[in-house]
Amino acid sequence: MLGPGHTFESVTEKISAIVMTRRTPVGWFLGFAIAFAFLMLLNVTIGHLLLTGIGIWGNNIPVGWAFDIINFVWWIGIGHAGTLISAILLLFRQQWRTSINRFAEAMTLFAVACAAMFPLLHTGRPWLAAYWLFPYPNTMNLWPQFRSPLIWDVFAVSTYFTVSLLFWYTGLVPDMATLRDRAKSRSAAVIFGVLSLGWRGSARHWQRYEMAYLLLAAISTPLVLSVHSVVSFDFAVSVLPGWHATIFPPYFVAGAIYSGFAMVMTLAVPLRKFYGLEDFITMRHIHNMTKVMLVTGMIVAYGYANEAFFAWYSANPYEQYMMANRMGGPYAVMYWSLIAINAVMIQLFWFRRVRDNVMLLFVLSLFVNVGMWLERFIIIVTSLHRDFLPSSWDMYAPTRWDFAMFTGTIGLFLSLFFLFIRFLPAIAMFEMRTLVEEETHELERPGMV
Amino acid sequence: MPQIFRRSANSYARLSLLGALLLAGGLIGLIMAIGSSSYVTRANEFIEQPIQFSHLHHVGDDGIDCRYCHTSVESSPFAGIPPTKTCMNCHSQIWATAPFLEPVRSSFRDDRPLRWIRVHDLPDFVYFNHSIHVKKGMGCETCHGRIDEMPLVLQQNSLQMQWCLECHRAPEQFVRPRSEVFTMGYRPAVPQSVLGPQLVKEYGIQSLTSCSTCHR
Repeated sequence: MLGPGHTFESVTEKISAIVMTRRTPVGWFLGFAIAFAFLMLLNVTIGHLLLTGIGIWGNNIPVGWAFDIINFVWWIGIGHAGTLISAILLLFRQQWRTSINRFAEAMTLFAVACAAMFPLLHTGRPWLAAYWLFPYPNTMNLWPQFRSPLIWDVFAVSTYFTVSLLFWYTGLVPDMATLRDRAKSRSAAVIFGVLSLGWRGSARHWQRYEMAYLLLAAISTPLVLSVHSVVSFDFAVSVLPGWHATIFPPYFVAGAIYSGFAMVMTLAVPLRKFYGLEDFITMRHIHNMTKVMLVTGMIVAYGYANEAFFAWYSANPYEQYMMANRMGGPYAVMYWSLIAINAVMIQLFWFRRVRDNVMLLFVLSLFVNVGMWLERFIIIVTSLHRDFLPSSWDMYAPTRWDFAMFTGTIGLFLSLFFLFIRFLPAIAMFEMRTLVEEETHELERPGMV
Repeated sequence: MPQIFRRSANSYARLSLLGALLLAGGLIGLIMAIGSSSYVTRANEFIEQPIQFSHLHHVGDDGIDCRYCHTSVESSPFAGIPPTKTCMNCHSQIWATAPFLEPVRSSFRDDRPLRWIRVHDLPDFVYFNHSIHVKKGMGCETCHGRIDEMPLVLQQNSLQMQWCLECHRAPEQFVRPRSEVFTMGYRPAVPQSVLGPQLVKEYGIQSLTSCSTCHR
């Protein structure tokens, strides 16, 4: 799990150098500039959206939800791997989480920030949605409808963001203290000094810290499972064929973790390459991530089979037509691309030779991101555009503003991620140091080596 | 290595924790207080009219019945603002040359309505109906206050939805006999706690709080 010959000092030096001493590489500026340009595109889109209205999108009356909700579910799904890595793997005492948890958590936060934009901005009147969705005593004596999964979304996403932020920050405190102590300039020392909240690393600090971290992990685990279940309820609670499927909660969560790990892979491969972190993000990490993707990808593939089977088994003409429409309707190309990626291509991960090929994995993980986006497209659009009444059938085609909003959120995500890489330690230093400690002890044990 | 922070940082850290809590709580309280304050609702604020028409004089001194001017209040959703002709019924003879009333006369001559400023201005997505309230024993005074004591009309209540619902949820607190609807300064002869439920039963008043009652 760690390259050979590492000491406390070398681990700390290597990780903190990215923030502290090393000159910011040209690639960083280039990447940030591109990401920032897309972020500006997002700003323009939001400005246009607020001034003109949501009619700038391609949504229509049968297809009231399209890119806005596809991208919401996609982003929130991506976030889930971060919590899985930092919380669930902590509960299972999986040490391979150590070197990837920090940036996976950051990925969660930034993905949720992108995701949260859509539920707000896809409403026709975002200036009201921004606060009417919360229960607060008001002069209208009005409360939100607690039976709507869209309200549960508000609570799920805001809780998820808050808890993820707290978890991430808690993890950062000891590392901030390290950065504070290694700071070369007074201003850096003050900034990290404030952020590290006076962390001194005493035994009492650590004892409480471990307990708090474990409890947060224990809270985050049911949270991560419920958040994406709640997102799946947006569909499963409705009566639509193709939406009213009881498998959605576990299947959405599996899909979330699957796509989230794909995004972790997409980020981890360039990160370890450009910053020379091969000693920390080792092949073992890459293998394990691939295996998690394989497991969750198989659950997702099972979900597709299950949907198709129960559409037939239901003996309900609408359900059966829904499936026939997916397989042979106007969006069949997207359905079969989805099957090709998420059910067929994923089988490549069984092979060790594939798991060893980092560049190939990078490409495959990009494909998985696309595949999981297609899944949400299929679920949302094909179920909506042809449902009960044939007189209410229509086609959906996105407009340029749909694409602008989507690529804009990618810009936001990457901008935040670039800033994170530059200003905060991308790998948890103190957790890596415990890894050094444990590996050294293992080596010293008689009979080993 | 020297210490980064001075001792005083301890106090700043503690104060900032307390301050953040107070600030958050204070802000929420402030926003809620402003939301229902008369700054937002414009209640209790005299509003200048094109003519300083005094209800105090016409109702209080002259004893004119509300329905003399607001003719449609018992039959229509809209209580009606009297046309210039109603003013001229009297003012073609009384104070016929007063400069104060010149806008009324010119409105009559040119056949142009007076531009009264609406004081009780509900948003247009609220379909308020006067006649049903009058029919079910809701006095003018309950909502509009002591109009007979107002030299210029002011909005006495917030007109916020919580204020409407307060009565729709418990109409027995405010209902009065139909004969007393247009009485200013009405005091129930029997305690309201006894009379109210009786009248609610007698007039068949329902507690209507569904959306379509007002927001049609």
